[in-house]
Amino acid sequence: MAINWFKYSSPASFYSLAGKLTPLFSITAFILFVVGLYISFFVAPTDFQQSEAYRIIFIHVPVAWMSMFLYLIMAGWAAIGLAFNTRLSSMIATAIAPTGAMFTFLALWTGALWGKPMWGAWWVWDARLTSELILLFLYIGFMALQAAIDDPRRADKAGAILALVGVVNIPIIYFSVKWWNTLHQGATVSLTQSPKMATTMLTGMLIMSLACWMYSIALVLMRTRTIILERERHTVWVSELQGAA
Amino acid sequence: MFLWVIQRDLLLAMRQRADVLTTLFFFIIVVSLFPLGVGPEINMLRSMAPGVVWVAALLASMLSLERMFSSDYLDGTLEQMLLSPQPLSLLVLGKALAHWLVTGVPLVLIAPILGIQFNLSTDALLILAVSLLLGTPVLSLIGAIGAALTLGLRGGGVLVSLLVLPLYIPVLIFGAGAVEASSAGLVASAHLSLLGAFLLASLVLAPWAAAAALRISIE
Repeated sequence: MAINWFKYSSPASFYSLAGKLTPLFSITAFILFVVGLYISFFVAPTDFQQSEAYRIIFIHVPVAWMSMFLYLIMAGWAAIGLAFNTRLSSMIATAIAPTGAMFTFLALWTGALWGKPMWGAWWVWDARLTSELILLFLYIGFMALQAAIDDPRRADKAGAILALVGVVNIPIIYFSVKWWNTLHQGATVSLTQSPKMATTMLTGMLIMSLACWMYSIALVLMRTRTIILERERHTVWVSELQGAA
Repeated sequence: MFLWVIQRDLLLAMRQRADVLTTLFFFIIVVSLFPLGVGPEINMLRSMAPGVVWVAALLASMLSLERMFSSDYLDGTLEQMLLSPQPLSLLVLGKALAHWLVTGVPLVLIAPILGIQFNLSTDALLILAVSLLLGTPVLSLIGAIGAALTLGLRGGGVLVSLLVLPLYIPVLIFGAGAVEASSAGLVASAHLSLLGAFLLASLVLAPWAAAAALRISIE
């Protein structure tokens, strides 16, 4: 049986689909967070060099990953919206921005908390930190631009161009530790090599990243639903929805 | 057509010379404020100079961005340009170049004089001028995207700074880095090469992005 995926590119059918999926992702996110935090605090061994302070990585690394992934996904949806003129794609891009900005902020914040005991400074002007800060500015610029434009279709497209121009920053963040000799350490986990850390630590970190993924998906679905309702409030199906409720 | 746009924008700028001079004096005043703010200690000033001059150049170039499209937008010229058979990206390139000739070139010329105030060495002054020469066109080109995106929006001037300044940061880092390297006695060519690369990349990509943004804003 062939499923017609394009059915869900209509805001009306996506609205009900997202409504069904949101609890699923929220519950998964919650369970994964609980399991991940349990592993990070009680199961993972103490690091011989950094003692207990290293445990911040269980939140720091996943949120830093998410901050970059979400920007790419946001730019991707925005580009699809720009190229194919699909309303829903642009709405998803708009919905991703606040979550991405939050993760970026968290990555900087947790990094500062870790940096104080380890490097002796809350903040250093190192390539990776600076480019992560630029990423936060890009998210804020995207949201500010969209907020300043009253016509939602123009806001979508203008935001898409800004997001695409900003994509240049992502490889810079990712490779900054390789290109420059910076204070921030290089990647410990990669797809091509075996990880340079204890298995329980790795499991904890991966579960936490999965939890962040689920959390982001749930939140983006919820926010997209709100945006759909806001933009389609004059349509028949929304007023029918209201009548049914 | 391309030359025509440049010529026309330069003519318009010459008719309103005060606007051009305002940007230039803004640049001079901002740079002069720093010695007053941090004190006249000569070694500190010398190490600060590249960053100060470059930040001031960024702000000065950004301040005049709004003018790039807005007057043409208000009197309808821009709409006619959009309708013309010439590719829009070429027109945008022309306008960005005109913007650079009006705001960027005076900065390049005046910066070495300001550098003397900061006691920079002759080599460093030369590198400062060269880095600005390579970097300021990038600012105008990236700025064109921001100006096109915020065209006709309320609070466009403040918004454009939020959009454009993060994108200016790489230019700032390598521009100021070149001068710092030179005053520390190192070779600045790596920084300058990167600035040149930024210039080439933005020459190709920015007019295209700004043209797309203009179409969205006018539509």
